[in-house]
Amino acid sequence: MTWQGALQPIILVAVVAVLAWSVGSYLYRVFENQRTYLDPVLIPVERAVYRLCGVDPQAEMRWTTYVFALLAVNVVGFLVLFGLLTLQPLLPLNPAHLPAIPFWTAWNTAVSFMTNTNWQVYGGETTMSYLSQSWLVVQQFLSPVSGICLFLAVARGFSRQNSRTLGNFWHDFVRSLLWVAVPFAIVATIVLVALGSPQNLKAYTHVTTLQGGHQIIAQGPIAAMTAIMQLGDNGGGFMNMNAAHPFEAPNVASLLFQLVLGFAIPAGLIYVFGKMIKDRRQSWAIFAAMAVMFIGGSLVLYHFEAAGSAMLPMHQVHLASAGNMVGKETRFGVGTTSLFENSTTAVSWGSVAASNDSLTPIGGMVALFNMLTGEVIFGSWGVGMIGMLAYVVLAIFLAGLMVGRTPEYLGKKIGAYEVKMAVLAMVVPSFVILILAALSVVIRPGLAGIFNPGPHGLTEVLYAFASGVGNNGSAFGGLAAASPWYAATVGVAMLLGRFPMYIPLVAMASVLAGKQRIPVSAGTFPTHGPLFVVLLVGTVLIVGALVFFPVLALGPLAEQFAMRSGQLF
Amino acid sequence: MRPAVLLSALRLVLLATLVLGPVYLFAMTGVAQLLLPAQANGSLVRVHGQVVGSRLIGQAFTAPRFFQGRPSATTPAYNAAGSAASNLGPTNPALLQHVRAHLHQFLQENPGVRPGQVPPAMVESSASGIDPDIPVAGALLQVPRVARANGLPVALVRHLVLSHVRGRFLGIFGASYVNVLELNVALQRLARPASG
Repeated sequence: MTWQGALQPIILVAVVAVLAWSVGSYLYRVFENQRTYLDPVLIPVERAVYRLCGVDPQAEMRWTTYVFALLAVNVVGFLVLFGLLTLQPLLPLNPAHLPAIPFWTAWNTAVSFMTNTNWQVYGGETTMSYLSQSWLVVQQFLSPVSGICLFLAVARGFSRQNSRTLGNFWHDFVRSLLWVAVPFAIVATIVLVALGSPQNLKAYTHVTTLQGGHQIIAQGPIAAMTAIMQLGDNGGGFMNMNAAHPFEAPNVASLLFQLVLGFAIPAGLIYVFGKMIKDRRQSWAIFAAMAVMFIGGSLVLYHFEAAGSAMLPMHQVHLASAGNMVGKETRFGVGTTSLFENSTTAVSWGSVAASNDSLTPIGGMVALFNMLTGEVIFGSWGVGMIGMLAYVVLAIFLAGLMVGRTPEYLGKKIGAYEVKMAVLAMVVPSFVILILAALSVVIRPGLAGIFNPGPHGLTEVLYAFASGVGNNGSAFGGLAAASPWYAATVGVAMLLGRFPMYIPLVAMASVLAGKQRIPVSAGTFPTHGPLFVVLLVGTVLIVGALVFFPVLALGPLAEQFAMRSGQLF
Repeated sequence: MRPAVLLSALRLVLLATLVLGPVYLFAMTGVAQLLLPAQANGSLVRVHGQVVGSRLIGQAFTAPRFFQGRPSATTPAYNAAGSAASNLGPTNPALLQHVRAHLHQFLQENPGVRPGQVPPAMVESSASGIDPDIPVAGALLQVPRVARANGLPVALVRHLVLSHVRGRFLGIFGASYVNVLELNVALQRLARPASG
């Protein structure tokens, strides 16, 4: 480890804190219909969209109506995307003459992009025409915006009282899209091109290399797709190797810009929550809990990558340094790569700057654990924050049990129904991950897809379902993700990890919205101090460890001990 | 009321599909081509007006007179139309073999170099398979071989390498490295001034 490497996550968190405040203030204005600089241009567009879609942006909705509208947009979005992908051979803008997309690939990809997972069972430059990539871009806009809607519905459960409704879906969706996703993506595109990413619609470039060889250089509208991919915490890269591809992240400056871009909206939404409940101290407590886990995870991951594989010295291969450079890029080095790989599962964007399959056992386990705990360390747009609110409810409930008081949060009494819904949001994903992973390691099609032998193979499978359920999208790339078994089952995992996980939280919010706020008394447990931060971090880590320790012992932990003793498989 | 919601959803999705898909990509392409054409077209490198590659995309250099890049896991090596990593895990025997084979080759091609001098990046394959860069030490170890093959003084080639070093971003982020294609273009100009 070097001091530069250890300093990086701390600098990043400081930048993200400033972003949380500045971006969050802007987001709050957008959601509350306050004036912004973009109003003269966007208000007419907003009205036109409501008229074209035939919706009323003012009617307050009960939670069921809100969720139904959200599901409608997602289901229709899935069907349209699936249809357009299967039509690839008939449509234009395919200069590389890429063939039809196989059925399971199209199914998996359409689910993947609709659920904000962006798990990719295909290599972009070898599968998708420019037009097909553009259809994928559409869901890269719509799926994170759906996440904001889920967040706003849940946050209103805490901010309102005596209310039967949670806001208007169309208003939340269209304003988030027009004021946030689109303008931010346009600016980000230009920055990414300036930093070196290509943006063209030309056929792949054929060159005679300096040594006289022949090379085909895949290009395309890479910057525009990378911009919304990273901004929206989507992670569906243009190229197979995502940010490790030098066209997607040509230098460290570009990679850092993408890091900050991925953090911007999730961090801003934490601040928005505090503004909505009129107590910003609550935001900073949640921010602190996330920051502690983020910095901790980054340093552990970096430590093990810098220490490298013990396998080489055990087998008498002594190089100039120990750092693990297998599947990493020279320009990023071990430190910045580690920071990005921890962020990709913490903030849930899922694009990678390295081959995660080649991380050290514990390095890979950190990235995996971020997903197993539900991606609540910032997490992607909206859903990271509401996942954390589920942990808050659980932590408050545990604290209440310890002192024997009815738990309350933000003046709302937390009843049995709320706790059940919060626990449901944690049980469903854990159950799906473990069942599907267990099934995959006992049946033939599942076993056939494993690439690395030994405990590492189990980690590959576990990572795939954790990534699917967590709507992350990063992978241990050796796994045969495109095989029908994994394409189908990870597709199911992505659906179960999106809707059955977050809809119970909206139901919980609807009950909370109906409750009266009770005043603070001497017996109220303060939820803005360091004690609460410790309690919240403890809850997240302990729940994750209780559920997943056995399987982690069989996978990454077993591999770590094997590696230390020089055992190959 | 429910069918009406579905219809509204359909209209919203179709509108978005048109505007945020092709229209967004075309508009962004137009802006990028206008403002930043060099980057937007892939940072291509020209020698005598001929495109010889992209500054950002590594090439397979195998001849002794060129600086060589990192091992690549794509098929064929440095396939810029199909990026890929090896995905080999730490306890996979294939990884150990792979590192040993590349170390053996590097030591053979660069006589006098000891294993303890070789940076891991020179014997471990990159993430993209088209990593355009190598660590500074990886280039310096190749200087004696490259100088001999081109008939150039070692000090001159060494100076060339050091003049191509890019440092850490803000002194903290990333790593210092050398771009192999840029280095080799400069080298060729030095070795064959008449044609360069």
